[in-house]
Amino acid sequence: MIEDTGIVIAFWILAIMTVANALMVVAARTLLHAVLFLVLSFIGMAGLFITLSADFVAAVQILVYVGAVAVLMVFAIMLTRENWNNEYALPALALAVLLGTALTFAALDTGWPTPPGALPAVPATAAAIGDALLDPFVLPFEIASVVLVVAMVGAIALVREED
Amino acid sequence: MEIGIEHYLTVGAIIFATGMFLALGKRNAVAVLMGIELMFNAVNLTLLAFSRFSVAPRPIDGQVFALFVIAIAAAEAAVALALVVAIYRHRQTIDINEIRLLKS
Repeated sequence: MIEDTGIVIAFWILAIMTVANALMVVAARTLLHAVLFLVLSFIGMAGLFITLSADFVAAVQILVYVGAVAVLMVFAIMLTRENWNNEYALPALALAVLLGTALTFAALDTGWPTPPGALPAVPATAAAIGDALLDPFVLPFEIASVVLVVAMVGAIALVREED
Repeated sequence: MEIGIEHYLTVGAIIFATGMFLALGKRNAVAVLMGIELMFNAVNLTLLAFSRFSVAPRPIDGQVFALFVIAIAAAEAAVALALVVAIYRHRQTIDINEIRLLKS
């Protein structure tokens, strides 16, 4: 349990901001508005990460999602032109509501084995993450860098103008 | 008042369902990608919540998993948006119902 009053208040504000903006992405009138609501949702999610004492992941979330992915999406929207209609809205809505209800029920009904009492405060996580990346996770870390290089070269090759 | 892991998991469930509605219900390829990114975010929130409320000896592992998810999601977004732009250049549409070259 997290009992710190400041964190509890921050959680409720950020949770409402994140969920409301995610719903506004669906309801937005144009695709560009949807991307802006998506950015707000990403920022709220980074705040939720901070309430979970994951400060380094929150910084990476802001850098990668708000800084890079959102800009890529704005570029893709500017370079293409397509309407933003719902297709199969009712079946998709039914499936999403069904899945959301099932997941929420599972989250609330399961007795998760959490530590008893108030959670202890944790120090800044960057050093611990660095140790973990270089000792138990060194192979996935190297593979991730190769994947990023391949993705970058592939993206450049895909959008290159052919002469 | 206090909050537990259920609160975070519920927020993650709602965001995941919203992302799934976007990915399944929209016909614009960029919108489908936005839904997939939302789903990645929901999964990351769930991983970090389990990491924070964990009784495991090394709870930092959940945060490392979340970092790998973010890295792979960024690579996926770059390739997918490049594909969208390339398809639009050839066919002047990114309606996912119109992209069916292999079907006909």
